[in-house]
Amino acid sequence: MIDTIVPTPTDADEVDIVAGPPKMSARDVSVFYGEKQALKSVGVDIHDDKVTAFIGPSGCGKSTFLRCLNRMNDTIAGARVTGDIQLDGHNIYDPKMDVVQLRARVGMVFQKPNPFPKSIYENVAYGPRIHGLAQGKVELDEIVEKSLRRAGLWDEVKDRLQESGTALSGGQQQRLCIARAIAVDPEVILMDEPCSALDPIATAKIEELIHELRGRYAIAIVTHNMQQAARVSQRTAFFHLGEMVEYGKTKDIFTNPVEQRTQDYITGRYG
Amino acid sequence: MSEAVATVAMNRWTGEEMQKRVAGRYAAERRFRLLGLAAVSLSVLFLAFLLTNMVWKGAGGFTSSEARLTIDFPRSDLIIDPAMLRGPDAAENVASAGLEGVIEQAAIAQYGEGAGELFGGASARTLGERLIEDPEMIGRKVELWLPMSSKGDVAAKGEGDPTIEKLVAKADTKRVFNSNFLTGSDATDASVVGVWGALKGSFLTIIVTMALAFPIGVLAALYLEEFAARNRWTDMIEVSINNLAAVPSIIFGLLGLAVFLNFMHLPRSAPLVGGLTLALMTMPVIVIAGRNAIKSVPPSIRDAALGVGASKMQVVFHHVLPLALPGILTGTIIGMARALGETAPLLMIGMRAFIASPPSGITDPSSVLPVQIFLWSDEVDRGFVEKTSAAIIVLLIFMLLMNGLAIYLRNKFERRW
Repeated sequence: MIDTIVPTPTDADEVDIVAGPPKMSARDVSVFYGEKQALKSVGVDIHDDKVTAFIGPSGCGKSTFLRCLNRMNDTIAGARVTGDIQLDGHNIYDPKMDVVQLRARVGMVFQKPNPFPKSIYENVAYGPRIHGLAQGKVELDEIVEKSLRRAGLWDEVKDRLQESGTALSGGQQQRLCIARAIAVDPEVILMDEPCSALDPIATAKIEELIHELRGRYAIAIVTHNMQQAARVSQRTAFFHLGEMVEYGKTKDIFTNPVEQRTQDYITGRYG
Repeated sequence: MSEAVATVAMNRWTGEEMQKRVAGRYAAERRFRLLGLAAVSLSVLFLAFLLTNMVWKGAGGFTSSEARLTIDFPRSDLIIDPAMLRGPDAAENVASAGLEGVIEQAAIAQYGEGAGELFGGASARTLGERLIEDPEMIGRKVELWLPMSSKGDVAAKGEGDPTIEKLVAKADTKRVFNSNFLTGSDATDASVVGVWGALKGSFLTIIVTMALAFPIGVLAALYLEEFAARNRWTDMIEVSINNLAAVPSIIFGLLGLAVFLNFMHLPRSAPLVGGLTLALMTMPVIVIAGRNAIKSVPPSIRDAALGVGASKMQVVFHHVLPLALPGILTGTIIGMARALGETAPLLMIGMRAFIASPPSGITDPSSVLPVQIFLWSDEVDRGFVEKTSAAIIVLLIFMLLMNGLAIYLRNKFERRW
């Protein structure tokens, strides 16, 4: 039984100051699946240089909220989003906003590693190719190498770039998916429980990677694992039954929560 | 105390009742295996019976009989100048020279009364060709191998009229490979019929069917599955397509007759119309198979592509379609095989006509293999019996080749994940 989880102090203190407006901000966001309201009036900020974690029990709406941030909910029949979500001060649900460009700017890593059934190279090169980010083969090769290096996968796969991405191990596949996401040079990366299908060693690698990616990208991560939230994030939002109960500095949420429900959850009384 | 519990537990798993239960379980499994084996054996047996029967009956269709005939030209009634056998008009002159009479005369002289029946039109044609090759023949007595008439051929193969069989027994005959069967077309004389015309007609028809049904079917499946909104209209369309796939094929023939012939005035009996009609019939099958294949592409792949900013079109054409293609091709193979063997709708659009030359394009009158088989099976002449079986063998081989090609293509496109 975990009583309290103390975030690593160095990280939390180091980047505690918020400079400038948030990269993304959500206000009064509600999501309906048909008649059922899945999310009730959520407001969260996502800052540059920071990792924001969404925690909460299963079915609390944290993944639903994450999928609002790059409009992946558009693909679900019957899903309806109200409220205001801004990226750099522009409403992403504005009819003038191009959803394809939005998803290139706000990349996503999914719960289950989902590489394309193509070669490792093609997996990473796909995004830059469809967005025309590379002029010619040499430039594309550079982007692929850079992305794989940033995802910490280059040394493991550099000799077998033409092998299928699905032949890699689970942890490698997930890092390949991260490489694929960063290959289009997004501004925000959304991660939906990226480690839930991985073993502890692969999980540690991904967490390390999140540390390294912080600073280059604004990151939002959904996790079931409270220790993970404490380890990797600087801001935490606690969701419960479709509501956002509490949002604040990770250190405060874990050591000194304001709400009783947060207190109960992080001390393992339910969830 | 604990020992007693242990004994009870032991008894529970080793007692008589449990032994019976275990034995019953094994027996049930054995019974099921035996039944399965019996089912498989039975179908293999039927297939083997069908194939051996076809090959047995049909093999004769690929051979024809020839008989030796001595013709003494100077003593025959033939009045023809050797000069007429040279030059561009030679074929015409030979055709009108009355070679049939010459052959009959020679046959009666050699084999006795009634022997003229051993030879027919094909014999005269061959003799004419020989004469053109060697015009000097006309001035001497020659001995030739000439193809026998259909009656003679059947008798030589031991299934004919007893009187003719007696004549054949006297004659000197041999079996040769009947290349005409593969290169010729339909004819009234069973000894000179061939499947090439019908085979080419089938090929052209299936090309038209494929060219229409495959792209339209795949696009319809993609649209319904990936783009169309789910509402009452799409539900109705889905039900209609499922119903369409179950409509008897002859109804499609009536539809083709009404629309393509009576309304659009396309040429009757042409592969174009046959292909259009069969495309109507095949399309629902492709749509249904295509939708199932598209449905089975994991949603995570769509998410992955959308997540890097691919548009709906890019998701569909870069990821969903390539992954669904093997499944779509499987459905297409089934549909095409059915179309290739279809007879009823083609009868409705006039493809049962007697066509004695192969089609040179998709608008020429033509026959197709299954209809040809149907027509020959209806003939009175005994010579058509083995031709029918031989044509069935050709149709089966044609189908095997087409399916083999399709399966090769499918495996080539198959990707694993």
